Formats: sequence, structure tokens, C-alpha cells
Amino acid sequence: MVVNRTKVKSAGATQIPALGIAMFAPSVLFIVLLIGLPFMLAVLYAFSDARIGSTGFHLVGLENFRSILHSPSFRKALRNSIVFTLCAQAIVVVCSTILSIALEKPFRGRGLVRFLILLSWVAPVSLGTIGWKWILDSIYSVITWVLVWLHIYKPYSAPMWLGEPHLAMASVILVHCWRLIPFSTVIILAGLSAIPKEIPEAASIDGAGFWRTLFQINIPMMTPILSVAVLFGTIFTFTDMTVVYILTAGGPFDSTQTLPSLAFATGIAGSDLAAGAAISLFLVPVLVVVAYLMLRLAHRAEVV
Amino acid sequence: MAVVETRNLTKVFKEGELGAVNDVSLVTEEGEFLVCLGPSGSGKTTLLRMIAGLETPTSGEILIGGQVVNRLSPRERRIAMVFQSYALYPHLSVYKNIAFPLKAQKVPKDQHRKKVEWAAELLGIGRLLDRKPRELSGGERQRVALARAIVREPAVFLLDEPLSNLDAKLRASARQELEQFQARVATTTIYVTHDQVEAMAMGDRIVVMNFGEVRQIGSAAEVYDDPADTFVATFLGSPPMNLVEQGDVIVGFRPEHFFPVTQLAGRAALPEEIRVTDRQGPFVSLRFRVSHQEYLGAERLVYGSLEGGRCDGKKVVSRMSASHAASYETGSLHAFAVSERHLKFFDRQTQKRTRPRPDPWW
Repeated sequence: MVVNRTKVKSAGATQIPALGIAMFAPSVLFIVLLIGLPFMLAVLYAFSDARIGSTGFHLVGLENFRSILHSPSFRKALRNSIVFTLCAQAIVVVCSTILSIALEKPFRGRGLVRFLILLSWVAPVSLGTIGWKWILDSIYSVITWVLVWLHIYKPYSAPMWLGEPHLAMASVILVHCWRLIPFSTVIILAGLSAIPKEIPEAASIDGAGFWRTLFQINIPMMTPILSVAVLFGTIFTFTDMTVVYILTAGGPFDSTQTLPSLAFATGIAGSDLAAGAAISLFLVPVLVVVAYLMLRLAHRAEVV
Repeated sequence: MAVVETRNLTKVFKEGELGAVNDVSLVTEEGEFLVCLGPSGSGKTTLLRMIAGLETPTSGEILIGGQVVNRLSPRERRIAMVFQSYALYPHLSVYKNIAFPLKAQKVPKDQHRKKVEWAAELLGIGRLLDRKPRELSGGERQRVALARAIVREPAVFLLDEPLSNLDAKLRASARQELEQFQARVATTTIYVTHDQVEAMAMGDRIVVMNFGEVRQIGSAAEVYDDPADTFVATFLGSPPMNLVEQGDVIVGFRPEHFFPVTQLAGRAALPEEIRVTDRQGPFVSLRFRVSHQEYLGAERLVYGSLEGGRCDGKKVVSRMSASHAASYETGSLHAFAVSERHLKFFDRQTQKRTRPRPDPWW
């Protein structure tokens, strides 16, 4: 269409394609250099014997994949990644739906509450997580201190939040939720305010109570936006390693190791670049599916 | 079926500000089609929403069927409402939309299909039951909204400008259908509109509102022929009533009652004016300077101003049949007249109707 228009217009208009390329170039460069190239490199490494510091480079075929599939820590990391993502998303969706319904009704100080809730999303992940590391610390934990003060636990038998496998897992999920709930709340709030107010009103006149209106009218109407929140959240949780790395570094006994943190531990810390690349490639199928669903949703949202 | 009554109903949205609805008291009759007419911002929709229970009154009482319902939720008031936007549930099929009130009110499931089909048949949308609202035209959506409203046989219908989203042609036919439909189900109906034609055509009675206050309640003929104040006089009728200030009174007369003196002779007179001449009532004749005219097919509007006497320069309009042969060129001066019994007098201070002045006002 641009070409047609330039033909019709006078000489000056022929510059539009050049301008178009110039406008387009930064994003192409960005994608190629910062995403495409590292991705191709990772694929290449995954089929090689690359190690940090090694000078030789040989293709070894599927050897890396065969060995990581046999490794128990990889299987555990894969399972953990899935458990983390599913649990965190389930909690996030329920909590942020409740929060957004509460925050949609006007009340005094609503702006302030919205701002405070959003803070945990705005704060840098690493700083927030370091804060949580102190909150959950084995000696200085305020949670433990409160529980002891309430005489629920004796000081010597208090739970080690990050030191016991199940508690560590729960702690990591909790921190993920803390980080993602504000984000999902904002998305769901937008979806909720996009519902014309006559529709819930019509439902209330038709005789529907709060729960029926919520489950049969509001939530079905919010499904597209809820899925967007879930898909974004899935990507954030599934690919995140900051929280795990800072809180537990994958421990104790690999009980909180996820695919990204295992890839980092193997490829960078353990200097086996090839194995690290192979592990991280296991993220691709999940992310492709999520990206596909997101694009489809975006397309559908435009049509409707 | 039930009678709706409001007693000194007031709604103030912001403290210290004038209420959106002020001290409105009205009573419907059993099975009546009551139309609330007013410009936008006159509080008519707020009034309707308070009756529906979607808005809490600041003061006053609402009674449905003799029972005070202020504290009842919308679902307990046994009302049905059709919104301007129809508010259909976009994710549900037409069938499920119509069945929703039945489900919500816990009507036994085996009766659903029969009732939905009855409502759909009544409104002629039986073949649309499997469609989604977005696959329907505006007129079809409006019928689905109506079907959803009648399916559980409510005590009162509340309609909030249900025809305003339809195009002009469809609106005329939908208006007629709605009227016949209401007559058939004979459910008390309160209908809100800003369209005076809709109000006059459909309403058993019309409640004219402005700035949250009821200005007049009466039949179409009453509010048109006997406006209670200058607002009602100018809001109804197109073009509105001519108002000419004379000292402490305002004299009003309808454009169709203001016509050329030549027609009084009877030769080229129009049907509606012949009646006037037959009665030979006293006339006031006025000199009329034409400024411009509009030809509207069946009729034409001649705009201009009065000349001479105490009403020199006052702008007035005449509305006459297009078949009237005389030409009214811009700038020409004509002798016009208005029958004295068509003159309405308003107090200049209060803008309310006053008794006719015996002294010559022109």
C-alpha cells in the first residue's frame, strides 16, 4: 500500500520507504542482536562440547540432551518449574481477581491503596527478593520472631523457611506471588472496568446475586483479559531465576532448582556452556505455546 | 402488576449541589404507560434507576404495589428493566440471555424452555435463539432485551430510552410494536425518553422533567395544549411555542396557530385553520416581517419578526401547510393573525402559567 501511494505522489514521497526502513531498523536490530543471535548461539552450543575457557569446538549431536535427560537434577528442575508456575499462577489469579473486584468499587483512599499495591511490582526484583531473604532468614526472620512471640513456636524449634525443602518451595512460590499479584491486578482491573456497568446492573435486576453475577457474568466476560494475565504471569514465573537464585540458589538439595537456575548453575557457574544451553532450550516449547496463545488472544481481542 | 409511586423522592450526588432529582412525587395507574420526558441531565434516568434500585435515594420513598421498597435490592422489587444499551450478556446466546432471569430467580428448570419460547415468539425472535448478541442487528438486540424483560412476567417495566440506538425508520416501527406489546401484556410501564415524538405517541401520560423537577404531568394533549410553564411550552413542539415578552407577562402561541390573515377569508385556508375561522373567535392581527423560510415537504416554516406596536422586533415562527400558495420572500411584510383562544399567558417572574390578561397586550 505504501508503494502504491508513493507512485501516485510526487518525487518527495519516494523517500518514504527509506524513512520506513530507518524507523523499522532499531527494532529489527534489537531483535536480531539481543534475541536472535544469542538464541542461535544457544542452539549451536547445545549441540557442541563448548565449555568456558575451552578453545576447541566440536559438534557432538544430541549427546548433551541425552545426558541431561538422564540427570536427576534436571528432571527435578523441570518438575519444580512446572509446579512453581502452576501454583504461583493459581494463587495469583485468585488473589488478583479478588483484589481487583475490591479495588474497582470507589472508596476513600482508593488511589493510595492502588499505588501501595503496585509498589511491589515497581520495586526491582532483586531488591525485593533480598528483603524477603531477610524476612525468611533462619536467624533474623520477623515471621519466626512473631510466631515465637505469639508462643506458637519455641525459639529452638522454629521453622527454617528456606532450609527445609517444602518450606523453601512454598517460600519461593510466595515471593513470586507477591511480585506478580500487583501486575495481574492491574491487568484484571482494566478488564473489569471495561465491562459496561449496565451489564452487572442488568444482572442484578434480573435477580442475580453477587456470586452469580461474578461467576456467570463478570468472570466469563473477563476471560480474554484473565488469559492475558495468566500468560504473562506464566512467562514471568517460568523464566525467572532472580527469586530462586537470591532466596535459595536452588537449594536445599536442588529442591527449589528450576530450569533457568539449573541452566545458570550448570552453564555459567559450572562452566559447562553446552549443557547449560541444552537445559535452557527446554524452555522454548513452553514459551512458544504461550506466545502463540497470546498472539491469538490479541488478534481475537482486536476483532471483537 | 403493580402501581409505582414516589414520594418526595430526592437524589443528591454531591453534597451542597442541586439534586439530580428533587422532591419528585408521582403515582402511576395500574397498567399505565407513563413516559418520563426531559432533556439530558433532567434527572429522568436517575429517577428510573432509583425505582429500579440501582441508585439509593437521598430522601423520599418509593412504593411498588403499595409496599415501600427503598431497602429492597433490585431483585426483590419484581421489576424488569431495558437499558439504552440493551446490556445483553455478550458471552451468552440469545436463549441463555432470555433464560438468565429464570435461572437467577430459581424458576424450575423444566419451565425454562417453554417460557423462553413464549417470550421469543411474542417478539418474533424465535429463529435467533442460538445466536450471540454480536450477531444481531440493533432492532433484534432491542427485542432480545425486551424478551429478557418479560420472560419472568414482572410487576413493572422500566425502559430507559430503548429506541434511541435504532435508526429513524426502525424507531417508528419499533415504537408502534412496543406500544401494542405493552397494551397486550398490560404491565405498568415507566418509559424514559428525551424524544417528544416518542413521548406524545406512546404515553398514556407524560411526566415532563427539567433540572430534576417534575414540571407537568398529563396526557399528550394536556402537556401540549396546556403547558404549565414556559419550559414545557418550549420543550414540546417543533418548532417550539413562540414566546413574546410583554411587561410582566410572557405571551405564547404555537407556530401552527400563527398564520396569514388571507387564510381567514377562507379561500386558501388549511383544514386546521378553517376550524378556527368557523368559530369566528376574536383574532389578534400582527405584522410579520419574513427573514427566511424552510420547506419541509408536507409543511413549511416561515421565520421572521413582529413589527410595530409593543412587540416590535420579537422573533416568531409560523408553521403552515406546504400547499399554501402564497410566497414569503425574505424581507417581505405580511399581515398574520393568531386566535385569542390560542394565546397562553405566563408570569415573567415565575415562568408559570397565569390567567389570560383582558387588556390588549399587543
